[in-house]
Amino acid sequence: MAASHHSDEKIPAIKLTAMQYLVALVLVILLSGLWRLQVLGARNYRALAQANRVRKVPILGARGKIFDRDGRLIVDNYPSVTCFLVPEQARDLDADLPLIARGLHLDVEQLQSTLFHFRHQPKYQPIPLKEDITPDELAFIAAHGNELPELETIDEQRRLYPSNGFAAHLIGYVGEVSEEMLDDPRYAFYQPGDVVGRSGIEEAYDPILRGQDGSRDVIVDSHGRELGVLGTEPTVPGTPLKLTIDLDVQEAAEKALGPRSGAIVAIDPRTGEVLAMVSHPTFDPNDFAIRIHRDEWNKLITDPEHPLLNKAIQAQLAPGSTFKIIEAIAGLQEGIAQALTVDCHGGAIFYGRYFKCWISARHQGHGITDISKGIYQSCDVYFYTLAEKLGIEKIAEWAHKFGLGEKTGIDLPNEAAGIMPSEEWKMRNYHQKWFAGETISVGIGQGATAVTPIQLVRAIAGIASGGVLKRPHVVFPDEIPPAYREYFQEQFPGSGDKIVPIDPANWEIVTDAMAQVTTYAGTAGMAHLDGIDFAGKTGTAQTVSNEYKKNIGGGGVKLRDNAWFVGVSPRRNPEIAVVILWENGAEGYLSARLAAQVIEAYVDKQRRMANNLHLPTEKHAASVAAPKSTHAATTPTATQQPIEMAGLWNAAAGSPSLYPGAHEIPYGPGTVLRGARFPLPTTAPATHSTSMLQSKFRRKAAASGSGMR
Amino acid sequence: MRRLISFRDFDWVLLGFVLLLSVVSVLEIYSATLHTKFIHFDQKQVMWLLGGLVCMFALSLVNYHLLLDIAHWAYGFCIVALLAVLLVGQRVLGARRWIRLGSIHFQPSEWVKLVLIVAVARYFSHLAGRNLSWGDIFKAMAMVGLPMLLVLKQPDLGTALTYAPILLCGLFLGGISFKKAAILVLAGGLAIVPAWYKVLKPYQKQRLTSFLQPDTDPRGSGYQIRQSLIAVGSGGIWGKGATKGTQTQGDFLPIPYTDFIFAAFGEEHGFVGAALVLLLYFLILMRLIQNAQTAADLPGTLIVMGVVAVLIFQIAVNVGMVIGLMPVTGIPLPLMSYGGSSVLFTFLALGIVMNIRMSRFVN
Repeated sequence: MAASHHSDEKIPAIKLTAMQYLVALVLVILLSGLWRLQVLGARNYRALAQANRVRKVPILGARGKIFDRDGRLIVDNYPSVTCFLVPEQARDLDADLPLIARGLHLDVEQLQSTLFHFRHQPKYQPIPLKEDITPDELAFIAAHGNELPELETIDEQRRLYPSNGFAAHLIGYVGEVSEEMLDDPRYAFYQPGDVVGRSGIEEAYDPILRGQDGSRDVIVDSHGRELGVLGTEPTVPGTPLKLTIDLDVQEAAEKALGPRSGAIVAIDPRTGEVLAMVSHPTFDPNDFAIRIHRDEWNKLITDPEHPLLNKAIQAQLAPGSTFKIIEAIAGLQEGIAQALTVDCHGGAIFYGRYFKCWISARHQGHGITDISKGIYQSCDVYFYTLAEKLGIEKIAEWAHKFGLGEKTGIDLPNEAAGIMPSEEWKMRNYHQKWFAGETISVGIGQGATAVTPIQLVRAIAGIASGGVLKRPHVVFPDEIPPAYREYFQEQFPGSGDKIVPIDPANWEIVTDAMAQVTTYAGTAGMAHLDGIDFAGKTGTAQTVSNEYKKNIGGGGVKLRDNAWFVGVSPRRNPEIAVVILWENGAEGYLSARLAAQVIEAYVDKQRRMANNLHLPTEKHAASVAAPKSTHAATTPTATQQPIEMAGLWNAAAGSPSLYPGAHEIPYGPGTVLRGARFPLPTTAPATHSTSMLQSKFRRKAAASGSGMR
Repeated sequence: MRRLISFRDFDWVLLGFVLLLSVVSVLEIYSATLHTKFIHFDQKQVMWLLGGLVCMFALSLVNYHLLLDIAHWAYGFCIVALLAVLLVGQRVLGARRWIRLGSIHFQPSEWVKLVLIVAVARYFSHLAGRNLSWGDIFKAMAMVGLPMLLVLKQPDLGTALTYAPILLCGLFLGGISFKKAAILVLAGGLAIVPAWYKVLKPYQKQRLTSFLQPDTDPRGSGYQIRQSLIAVGSGGIWGKGATKGTQTQGDFLPIPYTDFIFAAFGEEHGFVGAALVLLLYFLILMRLIQNAQTAADLPGTLIVMGVVAVLIFQIAVNVGMVIGLMPVTGIPLPLMSYGGSSVLFTFLALGIVMNIRMSRFVN
C-alpha cells in the first residue's frame, strides 16, 4: 500500500530555488517596510507615540484672596475635591452604582438620573458626580481605585465667602463661564467650564483675581488611566486684592440695616473710597461657588425684594427731601435762596394746584422759613417756592453738576445711571412738553427724579466737601497693577473726579443747616450723636401717589414711603459720608438713626486708633473668654462683650476649625460713645502690619477638612 | 521493510533556530502582557511550547507515509469537524470557531491546515510526472476550497486564507503549465469581484480596505493599523527596550501578544531586533526548503514545501499587516504569537518535516 507513494519523480530543482527566492523576496519587502517605518519615519512616529500617551491635566489656579483696608481677610479659598465618573473606564457601571452611591453618600436613583442626564456625551467625557467631597469620600475613592477605575477626582481651590450674605453684593460671586461670555474678547482667556467672577468685585476685578491654571503632563494608557507623571507646569495664583472697605464699618452697616430692605453706602469723601456697601435682602454667595441649585436660583430671581440686585448702585428711586441739599446749593449759587423766605402754612398753591407740606399732617405749618430752616425742617413749601423760582433747567443743571442722572464710575459692574428730569429729557423720552407743575415736584425730590444711593451720597458728600467730588471706588487704585489701570478706567465710565466751585458762604449755610438736622430742631433729632459732628439730611420719598394710596385704602407696608438719609461727619470736609435707603421705611428720621450707628462705629474706631487703644491684636484674640479685665484697663468705654466675626464664616465652613484665624478676628466693642470727650482725630488712622494679619489667617493645615455641605 | 530512524539525522540546527525564536516570543509575550489581565501568558506559552516539542518528537517518529496513507480519512474527519463547529461550536466574539470536548477547547481550522498539507502532497504525488489537466486542477481546488468555505462561514477569513498557499504551492510544484496558471490568475482576478460583494461580510471588507487609509477613521477600523504603525515606527533603530514600549505597555497597541506581537517587538527592540527576527525566519525557511530538496521522495518534498508555503504566507500577511502593507486579517505570526493551536500546528508540522528528513537515506 505504501508502495503506491513511492515514485522516482522529483520536483525540478529550479522550482525549489524559485521558492527560495520567493521567500527571500518576501522577507526583503518586509525588511524594507520596517526600514521605512523605523529608520526613515522614526521621528514622526515617536512624536505620535508621545502625543498618544501624554495628556495635559489642568491644575486650577487659585483666585486672589480679598482683604479689607486693614488687611483682614474677607474672601478666602479652600481646597476642594470634585469626583467625576468616566463611563469609558467602567467595567460594569450598573453593577458598580450601589457601591459608588454608598461611598459618596448619594442615592442610587440620584446617580442614575445624573448618568441619564449626561447619556448623550461621549463615553470618555467625565461626568461630575459630587463636588466638594469630604475626606472620607476621598479616602473611599482612593481605596477603591482598582474596583472602580471609572472614578476620578480633580483638586481645585474654591471660594469661601463670609456667610449670611455679608457684603455679598459688593463681593459678588464666581460661577462657570457662560456661552455668551466666551464670545466676549474680554474673556478670551477662559475655556468652557472655567470659573469666572460673575458679579460684584469678583466680576469687576476678574482679570486681577483670576489665577493662571497650570498643568500636569500625565502618562496615560489608551483608557486614560494614569501611569505616571512626566512633569508639572505650576499654577500662578491670582493677585490678592485689598479693598477700601473697612470691615468694622461694613459690619456696623450690616447690623444697622439688619432685616430691613434697602442699602447702605459709606464713603470717605476725601478720596472716594467706599468704606462699606450693604444691600438687603442678601444672598449667600457660597451657594454660587458650587453650582447653585435650580430651586434656590429661582427663589432668588423671583423674590420681589430682588436679593440679587445691588441696591447700593442699582436701585433708582426718588431721592425725596435729600434732594433739597442739591437744590439749596443751586438756589444759593444762583443768588436766589439767600433772600428767600416763605411763610409755610402746611402747603401752598402753585400753577393752580395745591401742594402740601409734610408738616401739615402734624402741625399747622413751618411758619416763617428761610433756607437754613428749610433744610433742617425740610420745609416743602420753601423748596416748592425755590424750585419755582429756579426753574427746571437750573435745577437739572446743578443736579447734573453733582453727578445725578449719570453713573458715578464706581468700579463695580452694572451701575445704574438714575434719572434727572429736564425739559430736554422729557421731550427726548416722552415727546411731551414740560409742565411747570412738575418742577414743583422735582423741587422736593419727587416726580421723575431717580437716584442711586451711591450717586446721592457722592453728591451730598461733595457739597459737604465744598464741591469736591471723587469717583467712588472699592479697590485702592495703587493696588491695581499699572498695566490694568487704564483698562479699569475705561471699564467703568462715569462722572468721575470733579470739582464744582461753591461759594464758601453758601457752603457754610448748607452744611450748618445739615448739622441742625440732627439736633432737637431738625427732622432727625432722634439720631443725634453727642460728641460727634454729625450732619445730614432726611428724605421720605413716596413710592406711589397719595391719591393711589387713598384709592386702594392705605396700601400697607409695600407702599410705604422709602426712608432716605444722607449723613456726613464732620459737617464740613467730612471723613465719612453715609447714605441709608430703607425701602418702605416710612420716615427719613428712622433711616437717620441707622446712619448714626454707622458713623458712630467709624468715629469710635478712629478715636481708638488715634489714642492707640485696643488695636486688633493676636493677644486680644487669644483670650476670648476672659477679655474683660484687659479691656477695662485700656478701653474705658468697653463695657460690652467684643463682637466676634466668627459668625461670618462658620456657616460656610461647616466647622470653625476650617478657619483657624477667623474666630479670632477681633471686632472693636460696639459701644455707644455718648458723653465721651475725645477730640475728633485729625491724624491718619494707624496702619496694621498686613503681613502679620495675613500670616495669622493663613491656613494652618491645608487639608484640615473640606467644607461640608 | 523496516526503516531505521536515527536522531543523528534529526535537524538540530532547525530546531535550534525554532527554539531561539520561541524564546524571543516568550519574552515578548511576557513584556506585552505585563500590565494587562493576560499577565503570565508567557508561562502558558512555555507550557504550549513544551507540549509542542513533545508532539514534534512523537510525530517525528511516525513514518510520514503512514500519514499520507490515512490522509483521505483525516480529510473526511476534518470536514465533519468543521461542519460540527458550524452547527454546535462555541460562539466567541461573534464567530463559531471552537469545539468543546469536555474541558478542552478545540479549534479544528488550525489542524485542517496540517491535514490539507498532507492531503495535497498525496494528491499531487499521485499525479507526478503528468501535465496537470483541468480536471486535476479543479479537483485540487475543490479539495482545498471545501474546508476553506466552511472556515469562511465561521467566519474566520484569516485561517481560511492560509489554506490558499497550500493549494498554490501544490499546483506550482505539482506541475501546472504556465498557460493554465495564467488562465487561473485571470479567472481568479475576475472572481474577486463577485466574492467581494457576495461572500465577504462588511466588517471583513472594511478591514481589507482600511489599511490603505488608516488615518481616515483613527477611532474606528483604522485604529489598529494606526496604533501598530506608531508602535513600530516609534521603535526606531534600537527600540525602546524590553517592557518599555509606550504603545505596548499603554494598551494602545491592540492584542500585542497575539496578532500584533511583531509590532510590540518592533517597538521595544527596534529595526535591529525586527531584522534579526526576520533573519531567523529566513534561516528556518531556508533550512526547511533544504530539507524539501533532500527529501527521499516526491510526497516528502511536497509536504515540506506545503509547510514552507503556509509559514511564509502567514509571515508575509502578519508582518505586512503590522507595518501597514497588508489588511488586518487576524492571522497569527507563527512561532511568535501567543496561542496553543498555532504552536501545536507549527511543531506538529516540524515533526513531520523531521521525519521526512530522518527518512531521507532510508529506502
